[in-house]
Amino acid sequence: MDSGGPDVTDMTLKGASVTAAEAVSRSAVLRRLRLTDVIFHNLTRFAALGVLALLSGVIIALVIGATPALGTFGFSFLFDQSWNPVTERFGALAPIYGTLITSAIAMLIAVPVGLMIAFFLTELCPMVLRRPIGIAIELLAGIPSIIYGIWGLFVFAPFLQKYVQPFLIDSFEHVPVLNVLFEGPPYGIGMLTAGLILAIMVLPFITSISRDVFEAVPPVLKEAAYGVGCTTWEVFRYVVLPYTRVGVIGGVMLGLGRALGETMAVTFVIGNAHHVSASLLAPGTTISASIANEFTEAVGDLYTSSLVALGLILFFITFIVLAIARYMLLRLQQRPG
Amino acid sequence: MATASLATTSPRYAGRRRRNAVYKTLAWVATGFGLGWLVLILGILLFHGIGGLSLAVFTENTPPPGAAGGLLNAVTGSLIITVLAVAIGTPIGILAGTYLAEYGRHDKLSSVVRFINDILLSAPSIVVGLFIYEIMVAPMGHFSGWAGAVALAVIVIPVVVRTTEDMLTLVPDTLREAAASIGLPRALMITRIAYRAARAGIVTGVLLAVARISGETAPLLFTALNNQFFSVNMNQPMPSLPVVIFQFALSPYEEWQKLAWTGALLITVAVLALSIIARSLTATRKSS
Repeated sequence: MDSGGPDVTDMTLKGASVTAAEAVSRSAVLRRLRLTDVIFHNLTRFAALGVLALLSGVIIALVIGATPALGTFGFSFLFDQSWNPVTERFGALAPIYGTLITSAIAMLIAVPVGLMIAFFLTELCPMVLRRPIGIAIELLAGIPSIIYGIWGLFVFAPFLQKYVQPFLIDSFEHVPVLNVLFEGPPYGIGMLTAGLILAIMVLPFITSISRDVFEAVPPVLKEAAYGVGCTTWEVFRYVVLPYTRVGVIGGVMLGLGRALGETMAVTFVIGNAHHVSASLLAPGTTISASIANEFTEAVGDLYTSSLVALGLILFFITFIVLAIARYMLLRLQQRPG
Repeated sequence: MATASLATTSPRYAGRRRRNAVYKTLAWVATGFGLGWLVLILGILLFHGIGGLSLAVFTENTPPPGAAGGLLNAVTGSLIITVLAVAIGTPIGILAGTYLAEYGRHDKLSSVVRFINDILLSAPSIVVGLFIYEIMVAPMGHFSGWAGAVALAVIVIPVVVRTTEDMLTLVPDTLREAAASIGLPRALMITRIAYRAARAGIVTGVLLAVARISGETAPLLFTALNNQFFSVNMNQPMPSLPVVIFQFALSPYEEWQKLAWTGALLITVAVLALSIIARSLTATRKSS
């Protein structure tokens, strides 16, 4: 647009009757409008860049905060089990181990159950119930994690301690491998309890994403499979699942990202013990639980810095998991047809 | 009959039918399992929380160990921190979402921002707490309500960015073209036309963000910290409902534990109400 544009428009609209003063005031208005446009454009771009700055800010702040600890302990920080505020020796092995084990338990339960619920919602559920059940499952995702925590501590852990854990210990006493996993006194709190609560928490995420991708399967594919005589399960197992594999993996990774970073629910029931134990019934700790429990009480720079270093490790792990998840879901969106 | 004899005589077909029945049953069981937890958690929450509900909960401050009291300071602190977090996070989120949907729908910057935003959306909230501790609490030398509000704002932003972009993308391009054809500049087209068309959706996004942060505990633990007393001073440590629940639930005192249950009930009711309102906003929009 050249600057003569607006004046020309005025001329054509009002013909010869437009006065010089009117033309000037109109072009002033148009100039002001163009200025607001430029300002607004840059404001929005600035905000978008702010999102990038946020992520880089998080990384930079964590790296700076973690430098003293990583400088002191080096790479052995990752493989050291000791966590001793008195001698100021810190290692991240126990929290990393606890984070991975609890998340693994959670995924082992939540993935099959979540996929089955999605299968139910898309193929079996009567139409009238579909929306209410879908909403109910999503409400489960909306419950704040501290509620799961308090519920886990006062209700779920005592229940496990009284009924489930003694049963597990007794039944697997003479089974190799399993007797190591389910060994020791039933504390109630511990890695198994944390993993089970995480499973309940990530279940709705996996369900709602799988349901969305299952619904995106072209009906023609399913009808063709039914047409050659497949049963409902076979249609799901051999048509729907392979077709939506990428999206399902994306949803599962998203759930895994949640499980890895979940703090409050785990902090209540993990027991905060810094040691690596083969038994799932033993108390342990996770990265986020260690930070939540100890950060405000940490005395000394090295202690604080070690906790920030834990946070950096957690951010790094979840970043990779979430990036894979988003990449998978993005690929699904871009697939033609 | 031919089909009947096929069903009874062919073991292969019988096996397929059996497997189908088994997996269908499993799907029913799985759904019952999932819904069962919701009923169980809400039921137990009501059972423990409703007994402690009284006027004192809203008129008295958190008590010292062994005494009776309420949650007035915690509720007030939570409200203040939440309102400020939304006030800080929403404008930034809406503007960034506007850029992604309107100005830079297809450019390189947008695809990067979109990706990063999606990661921030599910990033562990405790890391946000550490980040704000490093940039606000440590330099200022003390915990403060402001730090808590900024920490929650960091969580609000990605939620609002995402919904704003999604809702603006749903606005038909014909509306934009009509606005452009009568000579409306782009900024006015967005603020006067696109925002209005997408208003219900954007409000939903903000409500979902409020629902998300009102239960957040981890980012407040070492930013706003906690305060046993009533305080509206944003430069001082500030109590909040989730942090009080955390502290009281892990305490050995029965009165505190009881208050924790009541607080948990309050938060859950607020969060569920918010998400149901948010949902119904978009639902009526779709049907109309």
